[in-house]
Amino acid sequence: MRHEVERDVERVVLALDVNGETRDVLVPVHKTLLEVLREDMQLTGTKHGCELGECGTCTVLIDGKPELSCLLLPVQLEGRAITTVEGMSHGPELHPLQVAFGELGAAQCGYCTPGILLSAKSLLEANPRPTRDEIRDALAGNLCRCTGYTKILQAIELAAGRMR
Amino acid sequence: MLRLPRFKYLRPKTAREAARMAAELGPRAMFVAGGTDLFPKLKRRQFEIDTLIGLDFLPRAIRNGSDECAVDAGVTLAVAARDEHLIARFTGYAEAAGVVSSPPLRNAGTIGGNLCVDTRCNYYDMTYEWRKAAGFCLKKDGDICLVAPSSPRCWAVSSTDTAPMAMALEGAVILVGPDGERELPVAALYRDDGIEYMAKQPAEVVTGLRLRSTAGSRSAYVKLRRRGSIDFPIAGAAVAAHFDGDVIVSCRIVLSAVASYPLEAKAAEEFLKGKRLDGDTVREAAQLASKPAKPLDNADLSHFWRKRMVRVVVEQAFERLNDQRGGVDG
Ligand SMILES: Cc1cc2nc3c(=O)[nH]c(=O)nc-3n(C[C@H](O)[C@H](O)[C@H](O)COP(=O)(O)OP(=O)(O)OC[C@H]3O[C@@H](n4cnc5c(N)ncnc54)[C@H](O)[C@@H]3O)c2cc1C
Ligand code: SF4
Ligand code: FES
Ligand code: FES
Repeated sequence: MRHEVERDVERVVLALDVNGETRDVLVPVHKTLLEVLREDMQLTGTKHGCELGECGTCTVLIDGKPELSCLLLPVQLEGRAITTVEGMSHGPELHPLQVAFGELGAAQCGYCTPGILLSAKSLLEANPRPTRDEIRDALAGNLCRCTGYTKILQAIELAAGRMR
Repeated sequence: MLRLPRFKYLRPKTAREAARMAAELGPRAMFVAGGTDLFPKLKRRQFEIDTLIGLDFLPRAIRNGSDECAVDAGVTLAVAARDEHLIARFTGYAEAAGVVSSPPLRNAGTIGGNLCVDTRCNYYDMTYEWRKAAGFCLKKDGDICLVAPSSPRCWAVSSTDTAPMAMALEGAVILVGPDGERELPVAALYRDDGIEYMAKQPAEVVTGLRLRSTAGSRSAYVKLRRRGSIDFPIAGAAVAAHFDGDVIVSCRIVLSAVASYPLEAKAAEEFLKGKRLDGDTVREAAQLASKPAKPLDNADLSHFWRKRMVRVVVEQAFERLNDQRGGVDG
């Protein structure tokens, strides 16, 4: 704490594969992926909550698996495929999970939604026919303070059915 | 926002190179693997460092021999928890890896990092501003322990789920230092001190874990926490036993999160030798096992309740051993 401000900032040029596009960014090495996505790449779909790994709202996919962008360093992610919620739709065409969430009202304030959509996407890619318990397990790192989860579980089941 | 402090990031290519960097830089530098323990703590300014040494080079394979299994330190908890060989032969270890934190954290957190996870305390795992307002403690920036003010030491809690299990399974870690490699039993990796909780040299890198199983051995891990996900353990029981038919030849019981190191319940281990796992025996062993646990008021929920629950998690762990055989006695 004491000497922090006096330290030099080390900046690095990184080639990050975000939503299928390789982008070169020049960033301070101590910035988290969450900060780089939101502040340097204007990808603000990824939300910041606790910033300590406890809430899951900052979830992104790394090589298809959910991880927490508030605890990831871009310098450790070169060569890995990063997917954010912006990467779920194809142009105007929403992902079936997004459609189902909209139809069933599975989002209230919507703050947890990007993270939950990505955790669900990763689950359905590995397991197209999850049981309700398997869905609960897959979402066990994503907190929602609004919905009570039932609509979220129903929306994932609806989307899973449509995607099969 | 809670931001990381400024640091330099070094990218060694081998464990030896990483160890040399750490030896040269001393306490100004720390290793980072998945960062899932380190980054929250850096954001809360619990460490003052100016350099991170990335362990991204660590291999990530699980190699299965006939009765030995070598797990590289870079293997993520998610991969360890799903590994079929680990599930079959070292059941308790896969169970422990599978109940650490939450699914996205297990995709990033490594088994090596889990063995080195910092000890925890309600007065220490707080933001800089909180600690400044409440008064700093021995573990960082202060000169008294806020939990036990008359005590000269820190009682922060060992909070790793896999270390107690690796200890119960009599595992060993491979350590690479600036001058060479050595193997150390997991049981010798920890110290009874909330601050200097690891017995390895600070510059040594954990590169792997070795687990050995003999015929007739079974293991289980039961964890207590407020919620079924995300939370650190507030008590836990790792048990591993070798059986001859129904009779326990030897066993190890190691408790999580009730001391500054994974705590072995030796009296209960002795008591169980030569016995069958019926209900009365398990109850008596669990009672004995809970005796050395002395949780303090520095983790989630009441420490009196945590103490009482140690007996329960040990009982549940032995019931799991019975289930693995296919049936519960008594
Ligand atoms: C919300 C939350 C909940 C959590 N819950 C749990 C839980 O229930 N149980 C639990 O056990 N943990 C928990 N953790 C802590 C952490 O996620 C895991 O312990 C994880 O396994 C740490 O591994 P890592 O690779 O991320 O370690 P890092 O954060 O990279 O490192 C942790 C420490 O180990 C050192 N280190 C890492 N790898 C090595 C190595 N190979 N050799 C030498 N030193 C090394 C680092 O210098 C650092 O001091 C939780 C974390 C969060 C944020
Ligand atoms: S046990 Fe005492 S010295 Fe250790 S972290 Fe907690 S308050 Fe600080
Ligand atoms: S913001 Fe990353 S887990 Fe809460
Ligand atoms: S919809 Fe508000 S947090 Fe989930």
